[in-house]
Amino acid sequence: MTTFWIILTACLASAACALVGTYLVLRKQAMLGDAISHAVLPGIAIAFLLTASRNTFPMLLGAGAFGLLTVYLTEKLQERGRLMNDASMGIVFTTLFAIGVIIITLFASSVDLDHECILFGEIAYVPWDIWFFAGMNMGPRPVWILGLVLVINLIFILGCYKELKIYAFDRQLAVSMGIPVAFIHYGLMGTVSFSTIASFESVGAILVVALIVVPPATAYLLTRRLSVMLVLAVAFGVLSSLSGYYLAYITNTSIAGAIAVMAGIFFALALFFSPLDGVFIRRNRKVTLEAPEAVAGMAAGKNREDSIPLT
Amino acid sequence: MTHASKTGASAPPVEVHDLTVSYQNKPVLWDVDFTLPEGTLTAIVGPNGAGKSTLIKVIMGLIEPVSGHALIYGKPLQQMRKRIAYVPQRESVDWNFPVSVLDVVLMGRYAHLKMFRRPGRRDRELALQALEKVGMAAYSDRQIAQLSGGQQQRVFLARALAQDADIYFMDEPFAGVDASTEEHILQLLRELRSAGRTVIVVHHDLQTVSDYFDWVLMLNLRLVAIGPMETTFTKENLQKAYGGRLNILTQVIELSRRENFVRETEHD
Repeated sequence: MTTFWIILTACLASAACALVGTYLVLRKQAMLGDAISHAVLPGIAIAFLLTASRNTFPMLLGAGAFGLLTVYLTEKLQERGRLMNDASMGIVFTTLFAIGVIIITLFASSVDLDHECILFGEIAYVPWDIWFFAGMNMGPRPVWILGLVLVINLIFILGCYKELKIYAFDRQLAVSMGIPVAFIHYGLMGTVSFSTIASFESVGAILVVALIVVPPATAYLLTRRLSVMLVLAVAFGVLSSLSGYYLAYITNTSIAGAIAVMAGIFFALALFFSPLDGVFIRRNRKVTLEAPEAVAGMAAGKNREDSIPLT
Repeated sequence: MTHASKTGASAPPVEVHDLTVSYQNKPVLWDVDFTLPEGTLTAIVGPNGAGKSTLIKVIMGLIEPVSGHALIYGKPLQQMRKRIAYVPQRESVDWNFPVSVLDVVLMGRYAHLKMFRRPGRRDRELALQALEKVGMAAYSDRQIAQLSGGQQQRVFLARALAQDADIYFMDEPFAGVDASTEEHILQLLRELRSAGRTVIVVHHDLQTVSDYFDWVLMLNLRLVAIGPMETTFTKENLQKAYGGRLNILTQVIELSRRENFVRETEHD
């Protein structure tokens, strides 16, 4: 049963992260997951101090607020400070993270809020983190939280599928049509925050980034359809979790680490063997690349050009 | 078309009043004020940095002006969004995005769909018709990463057609396209005009302005001139808009035309 709960937790976390990660990867904001996962620390610390307990919901709220604050501050800094997006992000999340560390060491050092756990997580302890509801044993708490976050992500993506698509592809057009872009933007950032926070309890802040970026990136190499990309990203996340658990079991190492390694291996396989754009395919395609339209496409920076002649 | 009845009152399609825009305290547009009549094909011309793209972005509500406002058929933009369509510059999106040609054109229908509603059969039909009009019907299932520059531009136009609007704003649709696409776009502009639609196009090629358009808006930070082509597109106004740069500019245009020609032959 312990094995089941651990694997289920990993699968829920990777599915939730893969869904929102797909949009971050497409918007070229993959590292936002990294930024948010660190910047939420003061939110968690403050929630912990205010409620004096490791109750999850105040922590989720505090973290969610700081996740959105990270996004907001990054954008404002970029706009007002005339800074590059990545530089702004680097400034905001390191500062917030440091503030979080200070709060924890100043006020919470005597209590049970372990920043090691926040950074690296320990999924192996999940089965003993039981949620009791009205005196009943409801199973591990992280499973419920991650399940809830996954459902929220699914509702958001299915409900706002077309809005998310146009927002990610052509934000200007979306604005000009009167599509509520701000709602979609902060909705996405909110779901990213929740997914990050809910996951990193189990897999740690650093490996959350792997779950947000790697499976969607793998899917991106294998398809040219958004819906398929979402499904594949979730599939690779779940596959990495399953195989990662067994890798950790065999080698007796960190489960979260093994999951990230497996995600990386799947990515490498896609990179080399993707039928669309894999390294091997591209090598075999060299001859067809000399067709004039492909050359023109290359010149215009479209090295994802397919070998099918264009007319 | 059903156009006049939709319009009702005779408010002009586009009115701009005392519009000033600045980026980081540098003015990009200064006190621009004009009215466009219905059913015209208007070119916006001016040197680089004259504020051409900015002007249409402000009218479309993508940029906030410092002062002034724009009206669409006499009303604020927010009430009239369904009646305007926008063709942004081709480079403004990532063409490796995982969507098909038809997906992109369907986005034009989103303006008419409520939140949470997916495009239906009728939307697909309209999207396919729009693709047919730009000669891209055979490509509807193609991934957009596989398109040439000219084909990308046609897909963007089809998307705007699918919006079924009364006013079309286009940002440099002729930039870097092949001869056959240029012909397609031109024919389309004329069809839109004969259907009574109003089209405003940012255009960079001074050689073709008077052939392609019937109105011209000349811009260089301030509004230099606006009116029918014959009376407005004069050497004097061009001097005013481009200043001493006009002579050099003509040479540059010649050069870039030659370069464009090379690029186009590569594409086809």
